[in-house]
Amino acid sequence: MDWVNALVQGILLGGLYALFACGLSLLFGVMRIVNLAHGDLAVLAAFLAYATATVTGVSALWATVVVVPVFAVLGYLVHRGLLERSLAAGPLATLLVTFGLSIVVQNLLLESFSADSRTLDVGSLVSASLRITDDISVSYLAVLTFLLAAGVLVGLQLFLSRTQLGRIVRATSDDPEAATLVGADSRHVYGIATALAFATVALAGLMFAMRSSFDPNIGPSRLIFAFEAVVIGGLGSLWGTFVGGIVLGLAQTVAAQIDPALTLLAGHLLFLAVLAFRPQGLLPARSM
Amino acid sequence: MTAAVTTAPATVRVRRSQRSTRVGAPLLGLAVLVLAFLPFVAYTTVTSTLVTFFILLIMATMWNLLAGFAGLVSVGQQAYVGLGAYAVLWMSDLGVQPFLGVFLAAVVCAVIAIPTSLLAFRLRGDYFAVGTWVIAEAYRLVVVRSDALGGGSGRSLTTLSELDQTLREAGTYWTALTMVVACVVGSYLLLRSRLGLALTAVRDNEVAARSVGVDVTRAKRIVYLVSAAGCGAAGGLLLVSTLNVRPDSVFSVQWSAYMIFIVVIGGIGHIEGALVGSVVFFALQQALADYGSWYLVLVGLVAIAAALWLRGGLWGALSRRTGIRLFPIGYRVDRPS
Repeated sequence: MDWVNALVQGILLGGLYALFACGLSLLFGVMRIVNLAHGDLAVLAAFLAYATATVTGVSALWATVVVVPVFAVLGYLVHRGLLERSLAAGPLATLLVTFGLSIVVQNLLLESFSADSRTLDVGSLVSASLRITDDISVSYLAVLTFLLAAGVLVGLQLFLSRTQLGRIVRATSDDPEAATLVGADSRHVYGIATALAFATVALAGLMFAMRSSFDPNIGPSRLIFAFEAVVIGGLGSLWGTFVGGIVLGLAQTVAAQIDPALTLLAGHLLFLAVLAFRPQGLLPARSM
Repeated sequence: MTAAVTTAPATVRVRRSQRSTRVGAPLLGLAVLVLAFLPFVAYTTVTSTLVTFFILLIMATMWNLLAGFAGLVSVGQQAYVGLGAYAVLWMSDLGVQPFLGVFLAAVVCAVIAIPTSLLAFRLRGDYFAVGTWVIAEAYRLVVVRSDALGGGSGRSLTTLSELDQTLREAGTYWTALTMVVACVVGSYLLLRSRLGLALTAVRDNEVAARSVGVDVTRAKRIVYLVSAAGCGAAGGLLLVSTLNVRPDSVFSVQWSAYMIFIVVIGGIGHIEGALVGSVVFFALQQALADYGSWYLVLVGLVAIAAALWLRGGLWGALSRRTGIRLFPIGYRVDRPS
């Protein structure tokens, strides 16, 4: 029964990883860049919600309603202010700029909030769980995260495939110059994509912060999990990212069942195995 | 037509060195000599501060080689910093003198880098960067599992404590200085060789380079191995100078942050850039030592600005204005007027 429980928890944890990963996947799919500040942005969102909840006294759940849109706006501004310039300056520049951003955000948080661990207080929701059998119970928060991840990925996929703006995003991603010729403003389009990526990573950071403690230093490991989910699933494929997140979550919880010290290593080894034997990922992208 | 071809060699001189090189190279040599005599005249606080500086300079030079010349932006060179430190520790348990161990650690890291490169090279560009980072994390987690090496809390290097402190500090200093010179001169010679030419071709146009027979992957792999060796030596020096190793700090991504910031500010793709960047970074780090991690915020912002607006870094700007080159790796065509 322990094993069944590990599988269930692994799938649910995978939902969180998928939620972390979809912003990374989207930015890679649209702009061919990896945002190295991805994990630190999630932590920044968590601290923003923490500060909002502390200062105003509202519940952390309500803080979410504020933080996610703020991050969308922030994403648009970061793109127009920084990423746009770095894209023009060559592929190297984007990496350097996002890595610099990562270190800046991390150390700003360290200086303003100290290295102490914190949690987002969501009241009774954190401990409430649904008992399925005597041995297996799933926390509502984990289920909510999983459903959110599925919802966000379906939403992004529908946005890209069905809406006018989504079509423009895909067109710009395929060929920015041609898309500009027929009237798309690539800078605005990329800004929208970044805004969406920032909003989803903020959501992921908040869901994470509600279920476990966080401190300014955990950003890089969030980035690594998200990245592993994207590569395991297949570059540039949103469905692949969802599958990749779940496979990563499963690998970690199953390994933890054998020896808790193996949790992280199992995820990394799975990632390396995928690189070695199936570099295109489990569900490679046809096109986004 | 034929006239133009026959007269061309007479009017055009192609050469590498120039006046700044001929003046600069002996000055650098002299500086190394002066530095070599320092332990006889200066306090150990001075030499131990310089060791810290040398370690940064080695790492930055190695990262510059990797990213600036081979186009391999890695965020995972801390893998070799950590492995180098642990290699020295492991070898000292086997009876190898730690100063000698530093040199051997470089070899060990180059060997480990061979299979690692097979995996890492499956990823390109941005994905290579994060992939190397994951690999570094995997190495850290493997090392943490070894109880003999101290597990998660790390261990001390005890074999050096038997040495007299002055002698130990001097030995560490000379080892570090030797490694600095080896890394800088080594990079210079490497980039002037046939391989350097191949790398330049790859940097300018990879497809064209392949089509004229440049073995791109081989060229990149050699640079990756050299860079791993240098970072391994830097890691070994970290252990020898602090006599203590903790997996979390020695495998920390902060080393990559230091390397990247130094090189981006100093001038990516210029050997002198790592030197200039290290001086600037080290000065800022020392000056802002009382303000916690604010220097990283500042350096990070400066690096972002440099990546966007000053793409050759400080040295690139200086070199463009004045034409000064200390380590000429390209050729100059002079046309006498």
